[in-house]
Amino acid sequence: MTSPASTDFVPPQFSAGPRPAQGPAADEGLARRLRALACTAPLHDLDVRKANLAGEYSVYSMAEVALAAIDLVTLTMDFDTGADHDQIVARLMPRVAAQTSHRPAAEHERVARWVLENLINVGSVDRGFRAVYGTFGPDGVYTRRDYDFKLIEEVPGYGGAVYLRTTDEAVNVLVGALDTDVTSAQIAAEVKLEVLISRGRLADAQLAAEQARYRTVQYAETLRRTLEATRRNVRAVDWLETVPDMIAEALDHVADRYRHENAILMNIRKARDEATDPEHKRRAAELVDIVKDCIRRHTQLQSRLLEAGPLFRAEQDRQAFAPPAARAGLDLYGQLLAPLLPLPVEQATRVTEAYFARGAGLRTPASVRLGDLVDLLLTPPVEREHLGAEMPEPDLIATPDDSRFSEEQLAGAMELLDLEHDAPRRLSGLLAEARKRDPELPYLVALLAVHAASPPVGTAYRQGEQRLLFAVDDGTELDDPEFGGADLIVGTALLDAAGMAADRKDSA
Amino acid sequence: MSDHPSHTAERSDAWREADAPEAAPPATGGAVTPADAADAARLVSFGLQPKLLPARDAEYTDLLRRYREDGAFARLADAVATGLGLVVLEVSPRAGMAVTAGEDSVFAVRMSDYARRAAADSADRFLHGLAHLAVAALAFPRPEDLADDGYIGRITVNGVDAFVRQACRRLEERAEQQGENTDPASDAPGLEAAWRIYARRSATGATKDARRLAGSTTGIIGKAVGFLADSGFLQRTGDDAGGSYRTTARYQLQVRDMAGGAAMAELLDLGVVPVSDGSATLLPPPEGDDLELAPGAGLPFHT
Repeated sequence: MTSPASTDFVPPQFSAGPRPAQGPAADEGLARRLRALACTAPLHDLDVRKANLAGEYSVYSMAEVALAAIDLVTLTMDFDTGADHDQIVARLMPRVAAQTSHRPAAEHERVARWVLENLINVGSVDRGFRAVYGTFGPDGVYTRRDYDFKLIEEVPGYGGAVYLRTTDEAVNVLVGALDTDVTSAQIAAEVKLEVLISRGRLADAQLAAEQARYRTVQYAETLRRTLEATRRNVRAVDWLETVPDMIAEALDHVADRYRHENAILMNIRKARDEATDPEHKRRAAELVDIVKDCIRRHTQLQSRLLEAGPLFRAEQDRQAFAPPAARAGLDLYGQLLAPLLPLPVEQATRVTEAYFARGAGLRTPASVRLGDLVDLLLTPPVEREHLGAEMPEPDLIATPDDSRFSEEQLAGAMELLDLEHDAPRRLSGLLAEARKRDPELPYLVALLAVHAASPPVGTAYRQGEQRLLFAVDDGTELDDPEFGGADLIVGTALLDAAGMAADRKDSA
Repeated sequence: MSDHPSHTAERSDAWREADAPEAAPPATGGAVTPADAADAARLVSFGLQPKLLPARDAEYTDLLRRYREDGAFARLADAVATGLGLVVLEVSPRAGMAVTAGEDSVFAVRMSDYARRAAADSADRFLHGLAHLAVAALAFPRPEDLADDGYIGRITVNGVDAFVRQACRRLEERAEQQGENTDPASDAPGLEAAWRIYARRSATGATKDARRLAGSTTGIIGKAVGFLADSGFLQRTGDDAGGSYRTTARYQLQVRDMAGGAAMAELLDLGVVPVSDGSATLLPPPEGDDLELAPGAGLPFHT
């Protein structure tokens, strides 16, 4: 391809012309593996280059931090947005800190930032990596080639924010399944998970579930791109058959996965509840979270699919039902942009230059008058208000007190329920006493007693309360003209405040 | 603009019929006075302010009417424009005096003035030019849109980037399908396929001052649309998706009558002959190989 003759004629679109047969299949496979290998190079490179950083950073395992960063970005990647830069750094910090707990947090943050920036490769203009490898062409000539790739790329989000996304290369390297089909890999992962769970091997099950989730994320990404593309060009898609088929197929798929993953979820929940080994229990709980996340992502996919239909119809109305134009114009995409992109950049630049020279319009040359310049330079800068505009006095409206019970009633009820710790009482007695004071009071007492049936032990513990109201049902039925249900035994429990305080200090 | 004389003559007849009872016809074909020359130059100077709308300025509107009704004045204004190195695209109430710079005119925009990096880096030079072409391609997606005077295109910065990236991705998939190795030879960067330059460049990037990264593709497109907005070719309508814009009549004229043809001529010169039957090319190819649902980008939902 380096001979000048071959660049003489380039087929107009997508260079679909006849091509010489490819080199030996082995060489192609080698090229593929070389590219896969190249994707891991930036990670190794981090550990090599950490010695060059000002400071003693060789204790950090940079490749580990980098892989964790790729994990984090992949898992926080959503449909519209990617991961937030600062959020990733913040979530990387614990891992960095765990490597050298005695170093200051500022250093940990610096390491996390350094790793993330190097994964984006902030220093280069493409913000990517390049690896050079060589292949033998079909004619036996050895050619060196550049392979450009990215691991984490920055994409625009809503409101001009910049988000991070992992590229397919990174996901593939991370999952370790290079050159595989997405669908089959996902199904394989899920079948594996089910088998593993039925045999009770949870450690492996978690690994499989995580792989399934990576696959799900990759899936969502693929679909997002497709929908974006179809939104842009209504006419590019066959709305009569292909798109409805595609949407139906995708919805079927989501329903299928949903069923599948719910079944898995139920199984693991059972495994979680029945497990006696705390380690198993913890792992099963983690697994539940992962599968829940998978289901959430599928649901998101589904809502996207449902939005596609109305969007197409609206675009159809706008574009297809307009009166036809009298004359045909130039097809900018089909006749200019599309044939231009496959050309060698040297030739393509000639076309874009010609377009720019005629298409950029005109600029009136600026000329500076000395008088204006002097005025401009001597004008004092405009003083800016430090405090800004004066705040208007807010107009406050008192909201009417629509509480069911008054403060006095609450005080009365609390007084009634302020029981000695060794003398619990039945609810029926309390109600009768309350009725004597105020006909409304029994309602409040009953409400408080029912609440006491599930006493806020955790809150009382955290706040260091000394007493706690509780209610117990011993099976006796309540005999009351206004209320039904159980005749609760209401009492006050004394809490060991000092012991709890000591306990809290220990755990903190 | 060869049909100008007959066009304007027709107009001036109509005007004369309408206004003959109340005003004497202007001295068509008579001696040109310095006042006429001043008015013609004034009209051209209005044309040099592309963001100025004729409807907003009474003097501009009057001069436009005179151009359309008075053949001699029209020829005078055309001559002034030509003398300044300008090309007259259209003179109408909607577009005003739409003039653009001739090739070697002092008003012409040079790539090296437009983007400083472009002078040194051939990739940047290409990307800046491509950005302008892509903006036009997305603003006028169908041939009808470019031909229809009433059409208003709407674009966003991120939309343009996504659209070009999609086209690049299709080429990448096409190449992959054919088993081509598109990685360029290290010693011949000029032979690298154009789409690879774009695909390789990062779409955006974080900067210290929260501005758009100038070297990223959205940065380059953002610069292009900003420049076009300053030229009165686009009007900013919002901030979503990197900034949204709508096209003006002037932009359509510029693309249709100047830039499209020039780029097309260059492309033909390179031996590439794109054939069109006048319909939009963004249709799925007949053999069922749906471009939008190309392998990898499509839905792998074949369970």
